Amino acid sequence: MSGSPFHKILIGFAFSPNLKANVFEAMRLASFLDAHLYFLHVGLKSVAKEKAFTDILEDSPVKLEKLSVIWEKGEPVETIREQCQNNNIDLLLLGAMQRENMLKFYMGSIARKLTRNAPCSVLLLIKPSVIRKPTQHMVVNAFESPQTESTILSAFHFGKALNINKITLVEEINRSEVAVEADDDRGLRKVTLRKEKLKRRELTRVKEILSHIPSSLIGGIKVHSQNIFGTRGYSIGHYAKVVRADLLIMNAAENRKGFFGRVFPQDLEHILSELPTDVLVIKSKENE
Amino acid sequence: MGALPANLFAGFVVSLVALPLGLGLAIASEAPPIAGIISAVVGGVVVALLGGSQLTIAGPGNGLVIVLLSSITLLGEGNLYQGYLFTLAAVALSGMLIFLFGVFRFGALSEFFPASALQGMLAAIGIGILSKQIHVMLGITTATGSPISLLAQVPESVLFIIQNASLEVLVAASIGVGCILVLTLYSRIRNPVFHLIPAPMWVVFLAIGLSYYYEYIMAVPYPIGEDLLITLPENLLGNLPFPDFGKVKTLEFVGVVFSLTLISCIESLLSIKAVDKLDPLKRRSNVNKDLRALGIATAISGLVGGLNVVTVIARSSVNVNNGGSNRSANLFHALFLLLFILLFQDQIQRIALPALAAILVYTGYRLAAPENLIMLFKIGKEQAAIFLVTLGMTLAYGLITGIAFGVFATFIIHILINKSLFLFTRNWLKPNVLMFKEEDSGNYFVSVKNFCSFLNFYKLKALLDEIPEHEHAIVDFSLCEFVDHTVMEGLNGYRRGFASKSGVFEIIGLDVHFSDTQHPFAIRKVLPMKDFLNLGSHLTKRQKSLEALSKKLKWSYRPELSSDPQSLEKFEYFKSKQINYQYNVLVDATGRFSLFDLSYSEGAFISKEDLKSSFLMIKLDEQVPQFVLDKEHLLASLYEPLGYKDIDFIDAPDFSRRFFLSGKNRSEIRKWFSPELIFFFESHSYFHIETNKNILLIKGKNRLSSIDEIKKMLAFGTELTHILKK
Repeated sequence: MSGSPFHKILIGFAFSPNLKANVFEAMRLASFLDAHLYFLHVGLKSVAKEKAFTDILEDSPVKLEKLSVIWEKGEPVETIREQCQNNNIDLLLLGAMQRENMLKFYMGSIARKLTRNAPCSVLLLIKPSVIRKPTQHMVVNAFESPQTESTILSAFHFGKALNINKITLVEEINRSEVAVEADDDRGLRKVTLRKEKLKRRELTRVKEILSHIPSSLIGGIKVHSQNIFGTRGYSIGHYAKVVRADLLIMNAAENRKGFFGRVFPQDLEHILSELPTDVLVIKSKENE
Repeated sequence: MGALPANLFAGFVVSLVALPLGLGLAIASEAPPIAGIISAVVGGVVVALLGGSQLTIAGPGNGLVIVLLSSITLLGEGNLYQGYLFTLAAVALSGMLIFLFGVFRFGALSEFFPASALQGMLAAIGIGILSKQIHVMLGITTATGSPISLLAQVPESVLFIIQNASLEVLVAASIGVGCILVLTLYSRIRNPVFHLIPAPMWVVFLAIGLSYYYEYIMAVPYPIGEDLLITLPENLLGNLPFPDFGKVKTLEFVGVVFSLTLISCIESLLSIKAVDKLDPLKRRSNVNKDLRALGIATAISGLVGGLNVVTVIARSSVNVNNGGSNRSANLFHALFLLLFILLFQDQIQRIALPALAAILVYTGYRLAAPENLIMLFKIGKEQAAIFLVTLGMTLAYGLITGIAFGVFATFIIHILINKSLFLFTRNWLKPNVLMFKEEDSGNYFVSVKNFCSFLNFYKLKALLDEIPEHEHAIVDFSLCEFVDHTVMEGLNGYRRGFASKSGVFEIIGLDVHFSDTQHPFAIRKVLPMKDFLNLGSHLTKRQKSLEALSKKLKWSYRPELSSDPQSLEKFEYFKSKQINYQYNVLVDATGRFSLFDLSYSEGAFISKEDLKSSFLMIKLDEQVPQFVLDKEHLLASLYEPLGYKDIDFIDAPDFSRRFFLSGKNRSEIRKWFSPELIFFFESHSYFHIETNKNILLIKGKNRLSSIDEIKKMLAFGTELTHILKK
């Protein structure tokens, strides 16, 4: 797994006021990652629509050599999934919706479904813009999971390509692991000690992961590590918002099928109901 | 073991308060007087052995009087003694429930009630107690009805006394009135000898003394009817009543059990929290462990004829003020009570009910005092509205309905303020708090999202409770749209806790929020206390003179209140006192001298005393040994066995005789007190002086100092620093 894991990018488009911003953002990203960009429109193809779209493409300050436009009819979720599979897409771009009168973003039902079971990684953009706003700080999840190592590796590739300068690795530790309650002074001391111990354990684990990352990827990027005791999947989103990160990178949902998977919201659900920032959900290929 | 004598003493003083209160609370509940003592004795022993807090005293509580009273009258259907036996069964069962609350860690229960609604409920309880007992205080035991109708009958009772002014009626009424005067004036009289005996015990002494006066000096029978005297059972230990479980399956009975459980838990939890703030050693109580102990104690108490056992704030604060330092004080208080009731049975039966009723009227008044409402009104009109709704509903429909209405009203008001129901419904059950320890600075950062009110304060509290109080904590509300009064008040408690352990507790991100009033606890508000009493806009005469003085000295002068206790809490003097706020602050250009008025309080609830004094704080260039210097007084010799040893100087007999000097490092203090310094103290007026590291604190009188006195204090301070420099 050398080089960027993102060779082919797909973005679905519809003729909305956001179209231009979406297109520009996608083209910029594709050029940074040096990837092949696929535009997909689910719906009828007409001459007017095609004309409007090509106009926007020509407007773009970034020009791409590898670019395809696909027009396809069908049910949106299934069609996008199929196209991703057929074209061997590595990264799917999706736009978020903004709550009326509020600075809160959430995923529409189509985007949610796609995020949950897309065959590839997914990038959720909260506010695509026509003009480039550089990404500077990435928050990456580092909690204990078999997918985490490849997520972190992908994050460094992505970060290198976007020329970011800071990555914070966040280890979310479930509060129940502390297993002591701070009822009185003695309890509090125990809790503090136990937390310190868990923190050291997590730090060692993250250091171990970092040692596997090629130094050419790390160079020039400040790497921090932060551990948080809290609800898994929630705290990292809140953290990303607090530190005003530009991008949050998460593992894709683990395949916890069955009763429990449905009863307990999976790690991604908190993030999907309220996007703190742009979110990249990494689907690691070897875990398929 | 070194603390044992101090705790024995504290337990003794507490038992002096607990005796009249125990008898009175039981009588107010229409239970036999001894029931109150039984619950105090059982509570003291069990909670001391099994409890999770150090300074709390357990016994019968005020909050329960109303529930017990209605239970005894309701379940007894006219037969009070039978009603008492049924109620004992309810008490025993509620004890089991309270125990289960502790097991399932429902210690956070009291967090779910908005602060203003709780205050409204307490006020209703106060009115309930006061309205009934005010008649008894006047010597009339026949008045009945709802609290409101009882209050309306007060003029009738007064008229009755005037119309039937026989000796018997007049003596009863004047005992009551005399006792209430003693209670209200007690905190005004700052004589330390007088204060050796707590106010409720003075009342008891007066009542018993009067009865002896009539018997031995006047040699006439005591002109008080049998129905106005306490009756204790002949054989105390052999005659314990047993609960009657006959009504267990009725709805009323179940209602009583739940009311008892809920009110016991709320009263205990509030008291434990309040006592923790008074602890000089700033220990944290394990509330769930305490609930378990209280539950066991209540169950046992119910089985042997006693009432619910709760943590009681007034008695606990008496304990703190008298040097209690661990759980043994609670145990000693119970043992002393047992001793009193066995040895002084005859004397106790001489206590006239109007005297005890006066104590209860005073208690009820403190619960329902209009000041509470005025305070809330200053925080915000909506808080006063919540208070009044809860108060009215509780008086009309009982405690459970009342508090439910209070919670509901608070929620509705929050929705109206935000003009949004979604804010609450959408986010209530979602996680909204994040805490992490910043890797670079080591500070604890807590961020709160969406909204933070009584509905979800427990989540924030759970995080804050895990921060050691000597650390630096930052709570950020910038992502939070709404913060309510309950949270603001709760956070202020944390801020105090951190300040007393040299930690820092900062609240940020509230500047973008707006609020109706300037009060620090107002809904979504910033913290500094400002404009609290509209100071600054119109200065008083004294403030104007202070301003003039500051101009003459070229010092800065700030009249407004600030609630930042700085380093004051580290001084011995404030160890068991609560600092409220600082105002009229004068600071010199170098910042080394600061002169200020301080409002602080000692004790809590009925034994609370609010004090205001002027202080001069001087930062010295170097560290000095820690010591306390005060006028030698009678109490000093009393405190000596408690660990405050007077340091005397052989070659300065005058100084040694007139001053009380104590401190940890005796030899260093001896070295530091040079003959020149001793002469300085001898030749100047008395001040209470304390040091902590390099800070010297000089306290004026037990009231605000006049301008002249302030000038003297300044001169004294300046001269003292000159001598110290040499």
